[in-house]
Amino acid sequence: MAIDAATVTRIGRLARIRVEESEVEKYAGELNAILGFVEQLGEVDVSGVEPMTSVTPMQLRRREDKVTDGFYPEKIVANAPLTEDNFFMVPKVIE
Amino acid sequence: MNDLTKLTLAAARKGLKQKSFSSTELTRAYLAAIEAANPKLNAYVAITPEQALEGASLADRRYASGGDGPLEGIPLGIKDLFGTKGVHTQAASHILDGFKPEYESTVTSQLWRDGAVMLGKLNMDEFAMGSSNETSYYGPVVNPWRSKGSNANLVPGGSSGGSAAAVTAWLCAAATATDTGGSIRQPAAFTGTVGIKPTYGRCSRWGIVAFASSLDQAGPIARTVEDAAIMLTSMSGFDAKDSTSVDLAVPDFAAAVERGVKGLTIGIPKEYRMDGMPAEIEALWQQGIAWLKAEGATVRDISLPHTKYALPAYYIVAPAEASSNLARYDGVKYGLRVTGKDITDMYELTRAKGFGAEVRRRLMIGTYVLSAGYYDAYYVQAQKVRTLIKRDFETVFNDGVDAILTPATPSAAFGVGDEDMKADPVKMYLNDVFTVTVNMAGLPGIAVPAGKDAAGLPLGLQLIGKPFDEETLFAAGRVIERSAGIDFSPEKWW
Repeated sequence: MAIDAATVTRIGRLARIRVEESEVEKYAGELNAILGFVEQLGEVDVSGVEPMTSVTPMQLRRREDKVTDGFYPEKIVANAPLTEDNFFMVPKVIE
Repeated sequence: MNDLTKLTLAAARKGLKQKSFSSTELTRAYLAAIEAANPKLNAYVAITPEQALEGASLADRRYASGGDGPLEGIPLGIKDLFGTKGVHTQAASHILDGFKPEYESTVTSQLWRDGAVMLGKLNMDEFAMGSSNETSYYGPVVNPWRSKGSNANLVPGGSSGGSAAAVTAWLCAAATATDTGGSIRQPAAFTGTVGIKPTYGRCSRWGIVAFASSLDQAGPIARTVEDAAIMLTSMSGFDAKDSTSVDLAVPDFAAAVERGVKGLTIGIPKEYRMDGMPAEIEALWQQGIAWLKAEGATVRDISLPHTKYALPAYYIVAPAEASSNLARYDGVKYGLRVTGKDITDMYELTRAKGFGAEVRRRLMIGTYVLSAGYYDAYYVQAQKVRTLIKRDFETVFNDGVDAILTPATPSAAFGVGDEDMKADPVKMYLNDVFTVTVNMAGLPGIAVPAGKDAAGLPLGLQLIGKPFDEETLFAAGRVIERSAGIDFSPEKWW
């Protein structure tokens, strides 16, 4: 399952990382090297083995469904590059 | 004592308690050392002298009134991955430019609760992705250790390279670090320091920048086993804000340090004997076995058959989790924003410019292995292999093994800008071959300096323990430290 130029471009789009035309070949080479390395997992017999979902034998704790935190929007937006009235500002999304 | 920075954490604590010196004097000594060394070593990415002196003065007042905490007045360095309120927290990445959190991570808040003083934030591989501290946006950290008769700069390991370098160069009494695949233990081994990754769930992950959430754990790097034990006691504990934090009492780890290994069974896994491993590392391993035997431990050969699959499985699981965790960096909520022609353009340009090459590579791999059509072949397969890796350990522990002894790394520290590793990312990944199994199984692991190679560079041994049995690791680690009896002080050139 070698990664070709079209796949690099597609992954870049999915990951929201701009891949310039000039970088495609380099990415393809590196990603194929990593996939070549992990390919050996295919030789492990995993029949009847459950995929791991938690490394510790515990269930995630649940909490009561009520508001326990919040009410400080100015702190939430304090580090944002662009805000107005405690809202995050982004370029227009809907035409 | 002329140079207060040379004291171990335990000795500094004693001196403070006996009022031989004040925390203000100790803190000033560290700040002066940092100012002199940092232009050469690049261990700190932010120094916080005002906060440090304020903390020290508070500690001195507590000593005067007798209300001192377990780390009262001890100056620490904090890895840049830990959220520290109002202070530089950027995971050594460009994409978090200018980020100063409004909150404090649970682990650091516990250190301040216990009286510790913050000197500043420590350099690291960007988002903890790396084994040489060369992926940092702030440039590489230089290892205070050099080969005998050489001026060449070596890496301190990574990702906690700033933590390890600062501890060995006397730029803090101890440091916080994190370990996702070996990021505490490998740099500790490269710098002649002690580093422990506790059991998954022992330290709260709340407020620490996430890399791979099912593998990440905080832990200390320190100059002695005892110092690491004192640090871990303060860093550990249940936290309702981390859903994987484990509600278990925290032992006084320092009390276990002198317990010895008499009656313990130590396993030696044959799969850790790698092709091409330097003879010096094999010899060190044999030496470690001899030391533990001499102190009354029983040593037994064991097999962990899925060991060789841990690293490839890690390079699916960790990037997959990272691609999800790092989706939040999009130029909207914090840090860097690169404007584009529309919102998607802004996301793509921000992330392309804000993330370094290694982080981008891993996010691309992670996105690929989670994408439609590949999820089962890669991600699910890796998680099944992970179950088998954990089962290997459970089998030997159920069979009466108390701890496992292995080398910490396949080599000593290598050069900054190593050409082989630059050309092939997988070569760099192999640094974690002995440490990554521990993260995959959620177990505790400690790296203890045990010897030096022919060039005079430190080499470490690793002990792997049962879940939540860090105490045995401190006890056995101390036996190695004491038996080696080597002074792991680098020759000062900086």
